[in-house]
Amino acid sequence: MGAYMIRRFLLMILTLFGMSVLIFVMLRIVPGNIVDILFDSAGMVNPDDKKRLEEELGLDKPIVQQYVTWITSMMKGDFGYSYVSEKPALDEILPRIPVTAKLAALALFFSVLFGVPLGVISAVRQNTSLDYFLRVVSLSGLSLPSFWLGLLILMAFVQYTGWIPIYSDQPRGFWHELWLLSIPAAAVGFRASALIMRLTRSSMLEVLRQDYIRTARAKGATKQSVNYDHALRNAVLPVVTIIGIEAAFLIGGLIVTETVFNIPGVARFLVEAIRWRDYPIVQSLVMLIAVVTVVVNFLVDMAYVVLDPRIKYES
Amino acid sequence: MKAVWLTAAALGLAVGMGDVATAFAQKSGGTLRIYHRDTPASASLHEEATVSTQLPFMAIYNNLVIYDQQKKTNSLETIVPDLASSWSLDDTKTKLTFKLVDGVKWHDGKPFTSEDVKCTFEMLQGKSKNRLRKNPRAIWFRNLKEVTTKGPLEVTFNLEKPQGAFIALLASGYTPIYPCHVSAADMRTKPVGTGPFKFAEFRGNEVIRLTKNPDYFKKGLPHLDGIEMRIIDNRSTRILAFQAGEFDMTFSQDITIPLLKDMVKQAPKAICETKPQYVHRNLIVNREAAPFDNPKVRTAMALAIERKAFVDILTEGKGDIGGAMLPLPEGGWGMPPEELAKMTGYTGDVAKNRAEGRKIMEGLGYSASNPLKVKIATRNIAIYRDPAVILIDQLKQIHMEGELEVVDTPLWHAKVARKDYQVGMNLTGVAVDDPDANLVENYACKSERNYTNYCNPEVEKLIEQQSTISDVNERKKVVWKIEQVLNDDLARPVIYHDRAATCWWPHVKGFVGHENSIYNNWRFEYVWLDK
Repeated sequence: MGAYMIRRFLLMILTLFGMSVLIFVMLRIVPGNIVDILFDSAGMVNPDDKKRLEEELGLDKPIVQQYVTWITSMMKGDFGYSYVSEKPALDEILPRIPVTAKLAALALFFSVLFGVPLGVISAVRQNTSLDYFLRVVSLSGLSLPSFWLGLLILMAFVQYTGWIPIYSDQPRGFWHELWLLSIPAAAVGFRASALIMRLTRSSMLEVLRQDYIRTARAKGATKQSVNYDHALRNAVLPVVTIIGIEAAFLIGGLIVTETVFNIPGVARFLVEAIRWRDYPIVQSLVMLIAVVTVVVNFLVDMAYVVLDPRIKYES
Repeated sequence: MKAVWLTAAALGLAVGMGDVATAFAQKSGGTLRIYHRDTPASASLHEEATVSTQLPFMAIYNNLVIYDQQKKTNSLETIVPDLASSWSLDDTKTKLTFKLVDGVKWHDGKPFTSEDVKCTFEMLQGKSKNRLRKNPRAIWFRNLKEVTTKGPLEVTFNLEKPQGAFIALLASGYTPIYPCHVSAADMRTKPVGTGPFKFAEFRGNEVIRLTKNPDYFKKGLPHLDGIEMRIIDNRSTRILAFQAGEFDMTFSQDITIPLLKDMVKQAPKAICETKPQYVHRNLIVNREAAPFDNPKVRTAMALAIERKAFVDILTEGKGDIGGAMLPLPEGGWGMPPEELAKMTGYTGDVAKNRAEGRKIMEGLGYSASNPLKVKIATRNIAIYRDPAVILIDQLKQIHMEGELEVVDTPLWHAKVARKDYQVGMNLTGVAVDDPDANLVENYACKSERNYTNYCNPEVEKLIEQQSTISDVNERKKVVWKIEQVLNDDLARPVIYHDRAATCWWPHVKGFVGHENSIYNNWRFEYVWLDK
């Protein structure tokens, strides 16, 4: 076990190193750099001034030297300065992370809250008008782009309430923030809930045809008990898998949702940073995400051993 | 010309006194909420060339003189005092002396003096150790020999030769006075000015906040307690937010002609003013690469363009046709119809023009079955792409088969500077409606913003000539001659000038949008909220 953990830890370090190289190189493969963009905003090109600015930002140095400077500074806790705001990268990134984390958690919560029960209902009421209705709703959820749905929601609010649920100011408290985040979370969670609902339905339908369900019914178990205790427990495994995958995909949906609802989160910020070729921000942010992902995976792998004694990594 | 300036000063003082008289009717307090369309690259006006920077940060600063914020037109007659209390020109017309207002303080409490003026212009001329990262309008001051001071309250601009419109450049919102004691780097992120509002906060993608300067040297101003500009990238969201009353005012000319109809329907009480943007769509042609090094090909292109079609399709007929200078009636230097008629491709029967263009191309060996294949490069933004698509369609008429090449927007200027294009669709914004700004900035040989590197000695000579002429009508004749040469050369030929609207709610008072520039009217010192 000890040897495995060391091996696994070293693998984690190697993965992070690979990630750092990948993100560093990929950013530099994209045509143009911050200097091009800064000069573009002034509508001018002056090769001498551009060269001087490249020198100032250290972009004139060989790429290997740039990488070594970046990685050693980062290991010392220095994440560099944003080329655009000229503020420390961490000062720009850290305040934005909680906003996106809350939005993502809320979206996932909504998708499970609606997706699983509605999937079960749709399955147990198969081929009824309620089933057809829920299937149409789920199909809509999969078909509607989240930015379009977001805009529809905003238009509806403005039309019927004269108020727009966007982040036009800092939330006044927990409930205000929850309210402001609920609407975009519902918009982005709608698609995920539709997927979860469809998967729950098909998985439930398969399980409901199993012999043990017939047996449970025969022995007089209540409908509630059959559907939720016997069927859902077995049908939920693929659903849990898809929830995990959806959580990873959520970041993509959040970019659009944060833009439409004007939420100052990290997803929109990352896209903006890429647009500006703000290397210190993009590199730091992607590395932070990578570190969290890799560490969590490492901990999960370790937890398997504890949770399931049948897993023997040594073998 | 001296008389004109003295009149302008007198008018400015009169306007100022008028404001004092009516100040009692205005309400003080409140925060003006405007939405911003994107994150500005920095807060340093001298380093940027976009209204994205100008609108949020102009109110932090003062100029020596400024275009009257309560008049719609920018001209020599509407220049009023700002940090300068008066000005005069010597008999040689090369020494422009300003008396400065006494007792003005920077936002950090340090006194403003003539040395700050000197520092600012030495920085713009590249003579200072305090270097700007970018200096897009350095060319404006190419006639400035030096700035000298006489005590803390007098400063003289020594010109190489007479330049009647020099003061017009000083009056632009793009020519604020910077403090000597603050570095160029700090001015990008924590700007310090003398203006009616102090810099409070700038968070990219989120918000820009300004607060009232209680020590502002213009007594009784500003009326507002502050200005808050939320940054909302998505146009649909920000327009909905304005309609919902979340904002008092839209961003400058954010409402296009097609969007205006919806705005009028959804927010009938909003005040929307449609004005020229002085941001024109133009063609750039690589004159150094075959076959466009052949003047005949360029002439054929000029004959193929039907400007009215662009205006009708893209602006629902509201755009304007003209040359490089803003067309009449808002433009001070626009060409009258009889002058426009002299320009190739501007008048006459379109079919006949195109037949002539086809004939030229056929003479060069091209035909419907053997068209000239050409790439039309443009930025990957709708306002660039849309006219490029129409252009491709029009060029077909003269045996040119265009292919759209969209360029990632940050790479555009660099690509053009490398001359890595054949034909491009471009946009050009002009800050000051004066040939000394527009023509010098975009067509003079050594200008930073002449990124196509167009350089014609004849045009250079004419630009110099018009600059020294004091009689406006005489100057116009030379300017129109320049327009003619630029058109013949196909040097960034102008396709059309766009119009768009800025909207605000009726409770916003005292805001006057300028008609011939979108860059000079964001001081907000007279704006107040009737709430």
